[in-house]
Amino acid sequence: MDNYSAVVVEGLRVDRGGHQVLHDLTFGIPTGSITGLLGPSGCGKTTLMRAVVGVQIVAGGAVTVLGKPAGHPSLRNKIGYATQNPATYADLTVRESLRYFAAVLGAPRTDVDRVITEVGLGDHADKLVGRLSGGQRSRASLGVALLGDPKLVVLDEPTVGLDPVLREELWTLFDNLAKRGVTLLVSSHVMDEAARCERLLLMREGRILADETPEELRSQTGQYDLERAFLRLIADSEVPA
Amino acid sequence: MSVAITLATTRRILTQLKHDKRTVVMMLVVPSLLMVLLRYMFNSELAFSRVAPALLGVFPFLIMFLVTSITTLRERTTATLERLMTMPLGKLDLLFGYAIAFGALALLQVALATGISVAWLGLEIAGSLTLLLVIAMLDALLGVALGLLVSAFARTEFQAVQFMPVVVLPQALLCGLFLPREEMGWVLEWLSNILPLSYAVEALNKVTATTDVDGTLLRDLVIVAGSALLALVIGAATLRRRTP
Repeated sequence: MDNYSAVVVEGLRVDRGGHQVLHDLTFGIPTGSITGLLGPSGCGKTTLMRAVVGVQIVAGGAVTVLGKPAGHPSLRNKIGYATQNPATYADLTVRESLRYFAAVLGAPRTDVDRVITEVGLGDHADKLVGRLSGGQRSRASLGVALLGDPKLVVLDEPTVGLDPVLREELWTLFDNLAKRGVTLLVSSHVMDEAARCERLLLMREGRILADETPEELRSQTGQYDLERAFLRLIADSEVPA
Repeated sequence: MSVAITLATTRRILTQLKHDKRTVVMMLVVPSLLMVLLRYMFNSELAFSRVAPALLGVFPFLIMFLVTSITTLRERTTATLERLMTMPLGKLDLLFGYAIAFGALALLQVALATGISVAWLGLEIAGSLTLLLVIAMLDALLGVALGLLVSAFARTEFQAVQFMPVVVLPQALLCGLFLPREEMGWVLEWLSNILPLSYAVEALNKVTATTDVDGTLLRDLVIVAGSALLALVIGAATLRRRTP
């Protein structure tokens, strides 16, 4: 087990409804990096993230997180996880909801105000989550993943429905977290966000097509635009070698 | 299990209820209104006093079953449960958190209905009022626990509501409220013997009728409390950290 990897996935297989949805995935995620998990919707990104946080039943292989098997009890206050559909209580205010999750995590109460500022919900902290717009609700849910002192933050499509300014602010926040040594795994299907990641995992149909830096991807495919680079990669993978 | 997390969960649920005043008012007031309705339907204090004790157990059981099955189902379907399962929250923390929050509400509900029945509707309670409240509260907890349990078998709120006639009505019909249990056919009497609400109603009738606390009463209390605890523990087993 190498110390540079916050997450090590070896031969991971996941079956859902009689079909294999993840086929023998193997990769590592370096500590303190931002890794982008990219691919079309339905390619298995969410399933992979669920396997990393330890809520997915897996058919085979191993997922090691911070040196422990995924889902190990000692990891439960070291991982921040935000699902794609906002997982917060619609009938609580943003502040009340964060306060509850902070209590469950054993995080200090001051974390609530810090997180509200970080996700830019200062003006909406005392509004019911159910009354917020879609983007605000997803930020309220993202905030929960930032409570306490997570070593690994797993975010499923955190920037969907956000305007460019907010998206930029969130990516700056992710950069700052990575600088503090936090490892981030962020899924997206927006390719222009890929350039903000140190490493990219490109997925398609339950397989990993590429695991490299944006620069490597560009030079390998000869395409500067990452969207085109991804398409190039798919085209190459379909041509028999 | 962590006391701090259990209490934080209780507080969270009570805060959610605070934002839903209509539900709280209905939960607190409806049983009392039904008692008033019943009293004037019989138009006799004596007839009312015969069925009222049983109803003080049936109402909180029914209402808590409904409220709990729907709120916990909502927790299961909105991914907040999945999120909590990635956190250092024990399954029993969540279940006891619910049980304490709804149990407290049930206590208020029963206290109000009992108070009105005794003060204005002519219900006479020979035994201890505290004991009556304890039994009614155990009934409410039984409703909470069974509600938690069936929420595991429902995929939608619509299905959850359908469990009410399945789980609650047979118990209400066979608990001795409509016909003394020993007058039922042996199959139904046997069935009524294995349903926990029968023991709750027996205990409530006893407390209203006599002052003595005998072995049967204690046995009834243990059975109702034990059933609630059993349903809670089975409910905990239906909460999974890992799902397909």
